[in-house]
Amino acid sequence: MTNDLTRWSAARMADSLARREISAVELTQAHLDRIAAVDGSVHSYLHVDETGVLAQARAVDDARARNEDLHVMAGVPIAVKDVVATEGLPTTCGSRILSGWIPPYDATLVTKLKAAGMPILGKTNMDEFAMGSSTEHSAYGPSRNPWDLERIPGGSGGGSSSVLASFQAPLAIGTDTGGSIRQPASVTGTVGTKPTYGGVSRYGLVALASSLDQAGPCARTVLDTALLHAVIGGYDPRDSTSIHAPVPEVVRAAQSADVSGMRIGVVKQLSGEGYQAGVQARFNEAVALLVDAGATVVEVDCPNFQYALAAYYLILPSEASSNLARFDAMRYGLRALPEGVDDPSAEQVMAATREVGFGAEVKRRIILGTYALSSGYYDAYYGQAQKVRRLIAQDFDRAFEVADVLVSPTAPTTAFKIGEKLDDPLAMYLNDVATIPANLAGIPGMSLPSGLATEDGLPTGFQILAPATKDERLYAVGSALERELVSRWGGHLLEKAPTLATVGAEVAR
Amino acid sequence: MSEHTSDDLALDGGTEAVLTWDETIAAYDPVLGLEVHVELGTATKMFCGCPTEFGAEPNSQVCPVCLGLPGSLPVVNEKGVESAIRIGLALNCTIAPWSRFARKNYFYPDMPKNFQTSQYDEPIAFNGWLDVELEDGSAYRVEIERAHMEEDTGKSLHVGGATGRIHGADYSLVDYNRAGIPLIEIVTKPLTGFGDRAPEVAKAYVATLRDLLRALGVSDVKMEQGSLRCDANVSLRPRKKKPEKQAEVPFGTRTETKNVNSLRSVERAVRYEMTRHAAVLAGGGSILQETRHWHEDTGVTTSGREKSDAEDYRYFPEPDLVPIAPTADSIEALRATLPEPPVQRRRRLQGEWGYSDLEMRDVINAGAIEIIEATVAAGATPAGARKWWSGEIARRANLDGRELTDMGITPRAVAELDALVQGGRLNDSMARQVLDGVLAGEGNPGAVADARGLALVSDDGALGAAVDEVIAANPDLVEKIRSGKVQAAGALIGQVMKAMAGQADAARVRELIMERVGS
Ligand SMILES: [Zn+2]
Repeated sequence: MTNDLTRWSAARMADSLARREISAVELTQAHLDRIAAVDGSVHSYLHVDETGVLAQARAVDDARARNEDLHVMAGVPIAVKDVVATEGLPTTCGSRILSGWIPPYDATLVTKLKAAGMPILGKTNMDEFAMGSSTEHSAYGPSRNPWDLERIPGGSGGGSSSVLASFQAPLAIGTDTGGSIRQPASVTGTVGTKPTYGGVSRYGLVALASSLDQAGPCARTVLDTALLHAVIGGYDPRDSTSIHAPVPEVVRAAQSADVSGMRIGVVKQLSGEGYQAGVQARFNEAVALLVDAGATVVEVDCPNFQYALAAYYLILPSEASSNLARFDAMRYGLRALPEGVDDPSAEQVMAATREVGFGAEVKRRIILGTYALSSGYYDAYYGQAQKVRRLIAQDFDRAFEVADVLVSPTAPTTAFKIGEKLDDPLAMYLNDVATIPANLAGIPGMSLPSGLATEDGLPTGFQILAPATKDERLYAVGSALERELVSRWGGHLLEKAPTLATVGAEVAR
Repeated sequence: MSEHTSDDLALDGGTEAVLTWDETIAAYDPVLGLEVHVELGTATKMFCGCPTEFGAEPNSQVCPVCLGLPGSLPVVNEKGVESAIRIGLALNCTIAPWSRFARKNYFYPDMPKNFQTSQYDEPIAFNGWLDVELEDGSAYRVEIERAHMEEDTGKSLHVGGATGRIHGADYSLVDYNRAGIPLIEIVTKPLTGFGDRAPEVAKAYVATLRDLLRALGVSDVKMEQGSLRCDANVSLRPRKKKPEKQAEVPFGTRTETKNVNSLRSVERAVRYEMTRHAAVLAGGGSILQETRHWHEDTGVTTSGREKSDAEDYRYFPEPDLVPIAPTADSIEALRATLPEPPVQRRRRLQGEWGYSDLEMRDVINAGAIEIIEATVAAGATPAGARKWWSGEIARRANLDGRELTDMGITPRAVAELDALVQGGRLNDSMARQVLDGVLAGEGNPGAVADARGLALVSDDGALGAAVDEVIAANPDLVEKIRSGKVQAAGALIGQVMKAMAGQADAARVRELIMERVGS
């Protein structure tokens, strides 16, 4: 195994920290050095909290020196998507309108990270207010895919995926409204889970679409993902929609990696036409590997999935148009004054600020949502979309009668080039066709690497879906598949990624 | 639905033409709709843990949730829901087994999220009624459409400019202490058939509702502090000669009058709007659907913002909250906590206290039922309690524009005062002086009477001497009494009282005079 700490799994880091073979400060500094060396080219971070993260690491080391009881993950550093409120750290959501906003409070999941003693390296880039599949809609410029810097790292959580794939953090927090954890994982050769809706508190996540948003763990291995899931999951009295039940046994499931007797459902509607050949090929191989590991395969039919994208693009903009109304320059964030107006009214300041503060994609969705909720159109749009949502949930219910988990490629293609789909919103939206149904139904989903597409040598993703609150099944299946694939590849997929050119202070270890 | 833009956009207009009341009633039939907002007296806000105390330092009772900071989420105040259900039950409403909050979307600086969390097509309570009585004892039933929960907005203060409104102001300040305070909005059905009694019914409805809410203990219902607010919708339609045909006439265009901040204003504002509508309609004009602004001082309404049906709040179910689904058992448990309905309760108390209709009306108008009840409970005679609370204390409260409860005298003190009078220690004028002392903070009635040396002299020795003196000095009056003109005793009593500096028991003086004169 390598001596470069940043290439270790989070599980190994936690283990070495517990054995006092390494210190949290040493581990954190290694990541800060790595960030200094490569983030100039990858641009994963919007903000790095060098002072804060080292202080947090030192506190863990001190506590360990005093033989205090520490969380198993204490000292393992983490990156947090910039949509999550962090007290004292800038939180912009990739938007100009929140430039300069320093939240006075922590999201519940951040409180949990801090309680576990996990030092927070910084905030990761994202499409503005999580609207996009590429980070190209970030007001602060796109992040890049470590496999090919000319390509997108997925979105909206491209900062969190690229930070893992470029070893600038072992773990990251993502949020997934229509695939923003899973699609970035898919195109960067990393792992990400969207937990069951309500499984991780939404308190402190700047809302995109409240009924779809879900925060979740991102990592390089299935076990690491489970370890992080266990830290951030659980009931939160501050989130009325959070589930009042213990966190599913995700770590134990990941360790068991047992799929014997499990029924794997291949969703007919989520493969074949529209899916890149290499993506489909790696998917088929992965299914075969699961059969080898003792699972059985059935094909399941989810006829209403064909309406998922349409319903999603009504529900999401509707909720977003209301959620984003609070950005009005009155209390925080950007304030722009209208040009040529001597004594502007509050309304004029609001309008001017929203005009310059929001990007094109955000405006597009606010307009769509405002329209869909308008009187006279509500039933035809928002109302219909909610009906489709129920039908999709019914499709899932029926499918889970014959299958324990459902599987599909995570995204139809490998990473596309930066700029390639920027002018074609519909093509961009199609990236989420396989991930969106899980958000509409509130069920958990995971993406993990299934290999490289032959035609372009880029990572492909394998999606696993489970019934609501059965998140542990994702980890059992994911871990089994990962074990088979890694033994085939002779190591982690990311070891095949090109070496990034580094600048400055990277220290070889 | 709570609004505030009207206040700020209202422009002062000139005086508009009105018809006389008789002309109005002769030609038109009114239709009313009353919307009452009640601030609940919960300790914390509707969706966060911030305190709700009135009058705190601006923006001192706020948190990420009620400031609508990015990422914050609401959590329903269970006490607020309980209050809403109890109000619904007390208004004879059906309680929804399942209801949701909805977002009402519009932009305004005093609304932190730029949407108000309210209820729309799924209110927690609907289809009820409240019986009210007018001063002459005639009874009316007011049908309730719905009662729903929502959060209050912040409060804007427009600084500079002449009107205190946003137009012409130099700048505006916003206080978010009120943002998120739980409100219940109670909406009547369109109220028809009240004819010329409509303004009185409107007032009686708000008064009865206020008493009911006070009895429920869910709100301090102070109109002047805004914890009870009423918007009055008024429209007129042509009067039919045959009353049974009246229901067939379609409703006219309505106006919504805001800023109606006292019971008296409710009646006056409705009356004014009716006469104003009548003048417009009689002149061949049509009523503009708009918000009107009531001016207590001048007794007129002025045009606010035009309000068309096209106003679009883009309501949709609040995705951050789960539905409210009270069990049948929990609803019944709350029903068991309901107080007696106000009208029944008044009738019962009137019987128990032996008040005449007129006396009871004075008590009601003084808002003194609860306080008299407490005073009687503290040992006062019902007559004594009434005399003080709806008499002298009410008069002074009115003068100072204060509530009876804020006068600095407790039911217990009034009971003590009454006991001093009943026991013969004080007469009326002395008792009034003692009241002065209590209100001035000099202590409780017994202590004030002692300190001020107020007590009737009933010691026969001292009184007897004074009586003897007066009899000796007025042989002619004595003669008159002896010859059967008993009323002449009054003059003797007066002289004795004068000699005793008022501190004598007049009844005892009369007895002594009669004894000595021997008639
Ligand atoms: Zn608050």
